[in-house]
Amino acid sequence: MSNNSEASHLNHSAADRKLAMKVDHVTKIFPVLKGSGAKTGDTFCVFKDVKFDVREGEFITMVGHSGCGKSTLLNIMAGFDKPSTGGIIVDGKEVTEPGLDRMVVFQSFALMPWLTCFDNVRVAVRSAHPDWSGPELDEHTQKYIDMMGLTGSEKKRPALLSGGMRQRVGIARAFCVNPKVLLLDEPFAQIDALTRGVIQEEMMAMWQRSNATVFMVTHDVDEAILLSDRIALMSNGPEAELAEIIDVNIPRPRTRQQMIESPEYSRVRNHILRFLISHQKQPGGSTEPAGKALTDSADESTNETPQKAEV
Amino acid sequence: MKSIFYKYKIGSKLMSLGLLLVLLLVWHGSTTVGKFDPTGKTDDEVMLMEMNGEIIPDPYNDGQYINNPEKSTTFPGPLKVVEKIKQEFSNPFHRKGTNDHGIGWLILYTLTVFAIGYLAASLVGVLLGVFIGLSRTLFEVLNPFLQVLKPISPVAWMPLLLYTVQDGKSVAVLVVFLASLWPTVANTAFGVSNIRNDYLRVARLLQFGWFRRFFTVILPGAAPSIVSGLRISFVSALVAIVPAEMLLGELGVGYNIWMEWNNLDIAGVMFAVLVFGAMGFILDSLLDRFARGVSFVE
Repeated sequence: MSNNSEASHLNHSAADRKLAMKVDHVTKIFPVLKGSGAKTGDTFCVFKDVKFDVREGEFITMVGHSGCGKSTLLNIMAGFDKPSTGGIIVDGKEVTEPGLDRMVVFQSFALMPWLTCFDNVRVAVRSAHPDWSGPELDEHTQKYIDMMGLTGSEKKRPALLSGGMRQRVGIARAFCVNPKVLLLDEPFAQIDALTRGVIQEEMMAMWQRSNATVFMVTHDVDEAILLSDRIALMSNGPEAELAEIIDVNIPRPRTRQQMIESPEYSRVRNHILRFLISHQKQPGGSTEPAGKALTDSADESTNETPQKAEV
Repeated sequence: MKSIFYKYKIGSKLMSLGLLLVLLLVWHGSTTVGKFDPTGKTDDEVMLMEMNGEIIPDPYNDGQYINNPEKSTTFPGPLKVVEKIKQEFSNPFHRKGTNDHGIGWLILYTLTVFAIGYLAASLVGVLLGVFIGLSRTLFEVLNPFLQVLKPISPVAWMPLLLYTVQDGKSVAVLVVFLASLWPTVANTAFGVSNIRNDYLRVARLLQFGWFRRFFTVILPGAAPSIVSGLRISFVSALVAIVPAEMLLGELGVGYNIWMEWNNLDIAGVMFAVLVFGAMGFILDSLLDRFARGVSFVE
């Protein structure tokens, strides 16, 4: 159980870097959905008392089984959802609503299908720079379109593009407003395995050029190791807790090739896999007997606010 | 050559045309004035019928009779309707007194009434639908009212409208308005409340104001649903305008149907009915283009 408030073992002498985001004793409790056999008014705690600090420019990833509430935590950071107790502090201020300082890259891409790729990025640029003229907006947009290798697809609608290309637009939209914190919600889960590696490397390059702090949620252990400075492991929900945070001491810039040959890679990977296997859900529910039936609905409710799901 | 054939769907168009020809031939055949068959009638009876003008001598066969087409009570054939169309369109904008307007005037009148009522209802319906779709509370407050108002035939309102508004044309406009309001409201509300949460989240993330959220996310996101509502409204309004005009007896194509019936001009009735069909077809194909413009693939 390493708790990170003592940031002594961070990569790249991150210890003296400024605090970018503080996750301060966050607990999330949902009302139990109707029809799940429970009494109305019953509540269900997804995770409790999660606390860790993220330093400026750091890439931190959260890994855990479905239902541990990692997407819920990301939604709370984004301001889409509210914590039941505790809070998130970004740049000295508590997060209360979504904002351009915390851009999200969605698993489902969340590109507006009625806008072209260019316009999907441009709406974000316009929000960040409401005082800019049309040509200025276009120029800035084009810069990020080119950086993500989307040149030539500007006028296409997202439906015409592959998953990989769509997420490139999503990444361009997130980076183009120069956010303080970037929140990645399983960003590569819907991209085919071959393209995934390419886009991961492109995103790494984008991140290193910017000075954004990144919080990512994923199921993919290799992806976590390739991209992260630190990896946070969550125990199983309900009442999931932050089990530990491990450092990934692979020098940057990293390539996949380099990564798999590094002994640090096998060390970290084995550590995480051992953790995940030991927390595997048993069909009989031996690890988490209480509230077992609720864990599945919990993962669904991370995408919708529970109030909405109830009606 | 073959690609052109498929591109313009020539095969199916030829078949449609063929079917039309068959229908016209059947119509023509079943309405042609036949030979008069004197079997079972005495010579006196035949002579009486000739004197009454029910039958006339067959111009091609001496000593035989045919039924008098002028006096015929059978249904008018296609040729008669075509003749009526030619006659009506030869001078569409004539005006001979209050009851005798050219078809051009009647169509214009009906279209004006239709356009005012339909466009006003579309505007009100879309706005109302957006508010209802965005707010669960507003939906719950207004839904009982909508459920009660929706099934009332717009024509049923006419006495109340006549009593309050007292102007025929305005009543017709209001009937069209009421007929086209509900489907647009219901479909818009459905479309808005079913916009994917992701898009609304992006709008929150990018700090869109109300106005920008409305025009960048909500309207385009709900557009396919809104347009299908507009199309249902359109049909419903076109259905409602006919009895409204008949009852009001002011002007318009619907009124014209009843006038021709009063004149016992069945060909005229058929002509006016066909005008409605043509109007509906042309307007709907315009809406169809609009619908294609705003549709999107997820």
